[in-house]
Amino acid sequence: MSIRELVRKEILAVAAEQDKSLPPLTDDLPLLESGLDSLCFAILVSRLEDETGRDPFANAKASAFPRTVGELIAFYELIDA
Amino acid sequence: MPDVLTLADLIDRHGAGRREICTRDSRLRLSDFATRSPFGAQRDRFAGRSVVLAVQDMAHAAAAVIDLDGLARRILLCPPGWDADAIARAAALAEADALAHDEATPPPLACEIAAPVRLPLQTRGEDPAPRLQTEWVLPTSGTSGPPKLAVHTLETLVGAIQPAPLQEWATFYDIRRYGGLQVFLRALAGRGSLRLGSPAESINGFLTRLNGITHILGTPTHWRKALLSGAAALISPDYVRLSGEIADESVLSGLAAAFPQARIEHAYASTEAGVGFAVSDGRAGFPAEWLTRRGEVEMKLVDGSLHVRSPRRAQRLLGSDAPLVDSDGFLDTSDMIEVRGERCFFLGRRGGIINVGGAKAHPEEIEAVLNALAPVRFARVFARPSPITGALVSAEIVLNDPSAATRELERELIAAARARLPAHMAPARIRFVADLPMSDAGKLSRHG
Repeated sequence: MSIRELVRKEILAVAAEQDKSLPPLTDDLPLLESGLDSLCFAILVSRLEDETGRDPFANAKASAFPRTVGELIAFYELIDA
Repeated sequence: MPDVLTLADLIDRHGAGRREICTRDSRLRLSDFATRSPFGAQRDRFAGRSVVLAVQDMAHAAAAVIDLDGLARRILLCPPGWDADAIARAAALAEADALAHDEATPPPLACEIAAPVRLPLQTRGEDPAPRLQTEWVLPTSGTSGPPKLAVHTLETLVGAIQPAPLQEWATFYDIRRYGGLQVFLRALAGRGSLRLGSPAESINGFLTRLNGITHILGTPTHWRKALLSGAAALISPDYVRLSGEIADESVLSGLAAAFPQARIEHAYASTEAGVGFAVSDGRAGFPAEWLTRRGEVEMKLVDGSLHVRSPRRAQRLLGSDAPLVDSDGFLDTSDMIEVRGERCFFLGRRGGIINVGGAKAHPEEIEAVLNALAPVRFARVFARPSPITGALVSAEIVLNDPSAATRELERELIAAARARLPAHMAPARIRFVADLPMSDAGKLSRHG
C-alpha cells in the first residue's frame, strides 16, 4: 500500500471510529475543516507511526505542521523517501 | 502492665502455643522467641539502636522484627529488591547506626554495628535493658518518585485489629509492605499461624502450600493472576481480603464465583493513612454516606481527593518538614474519588492522571471498564506520548482466550470502551499480551 493510500485509509478509519462525518478527502481540504478534532489527529498520527515506524511530527516545528490533507500525505511521503 | 506495647505482648495475648510463621523454606515457632534470637549472642548490640533491616528473605525479616521490636529504638524495614543506593538513602534519613543484614550479601553500608540475621534461631541472653517503644519506619510503595518513609509505632499499626476467633492467615504480600504487615500483626495478635509467599515462588506454588488456611490477603493484581491460573481452586478460605489497589467489579465478581462460601472484603489502607475502612457488600467503591460518618476514622473530599483523619496514621515522614495533616488533622491520600449517586468510586492516584490535550484520564478507571468486557481478563492502561495532544491512552490486555487476539477484536474492544467512556479516555490502541508485570509491592507495574 502506498503512503497516500495508507494515510487516506487511516483518516477514514479514525473518522468512522469517532463518529465524524468527513467531506470528500481532496488534497486541498484544510485539515481544520475536515471534521477531525485534535484527539482524532493524535490517534491518526499514532496509528501512522505504528504502521510506518515514522513520526514526522516528532521533530517538526509547529509552524511546519501540514495544513491540508495533501500536505499531510506529503509529510509522511517525504520522511518515507 | 508495661507502658509500651511490643510484638511480644501481641503474641502473648493468646499465647505462642504451637503457632508458626511458615515460608516455603523456613518455619519459625513463635514460642522460640522467648529464649532464642536470629542474632544469637550479638542481640544485645542492637539495644537502643536505629536499625536498618535489609534482608531478602521474608522469614529472616519476620524473625528480626519480632526480636528487635522493644529492643531497638527504630527499625527501618527495607523492602526486598531495594538496591544499595535506596538502602543508603533511607538509612541516612533514619539516622541508622546499626545494620541487620543477610549473611552472604551485606549491603555496602557503613554502620557502627552490623550483624547477620541467621536462621534457625540461636540461644540468646536476657533482655539487656527495659523495653522501648520502637519506631517502625515503613517506606511507601509510591508508584512514582522515591518512596517516603512513614514513621509508625506498634500502637498505630495495630489500631484496626479486633479480637477474633481462630484465623489461619496467609498473604501474597511481603510483610515489609503495609498490607502484608497488617496480616503479619493480625496473625501474631490472633490464635493461628501465618503462611507467607516467597519472592521466587509462583502464585500457583504458594497456593499449593495453603491447605487449611481460613483468611487470605492479596492485591487485586495477585488475585487476578490467581484466578487466571486456575490455582485459586486449591484453597477454600472463609475470608478473602483485597487491598493495595482499587478493587473493581470484575475482580470482586471473579472472587465471589471462585469462593462462593467466603466473605470477600476490600480494604482501603495506605502506609501513611493507616487502615481506613473495609467494604464487604461485594461492590466496588464504598457508600457515599461514609464521607459524613463520625467515628475513629473520618473522611472528606477536597478537590476530589480523599482526605482521612485517623489515629492509625503515620506520625510523621522522615526527611520531610511538610506537615502530614492539615489544620483539622486530615491527611491528603492523593487517591481520587468520584461520587456517583449513593456510592463513592476510586478513580486512581492523582499523580497517575493521563493528560490528553487538557482532558484528564485515570488509568485505573479505564482499566475497570476494560476489565468488565467479556473477552478481557486483565488490563493495564498507560500514557503514550503524542506530538498532538501530549499523551494518548493506550492499553495492554490479557485475554481470557489468547488465541482470539486479532486486529478485529482490538477494534471491537476500542469501540466498546468508546461506548462506555468519554472519547479521550477510550484507548487509541490496544496491544494483546500474555501477562502483565507486577511490582515488588504486588501491584500492577505502572512503569514502562
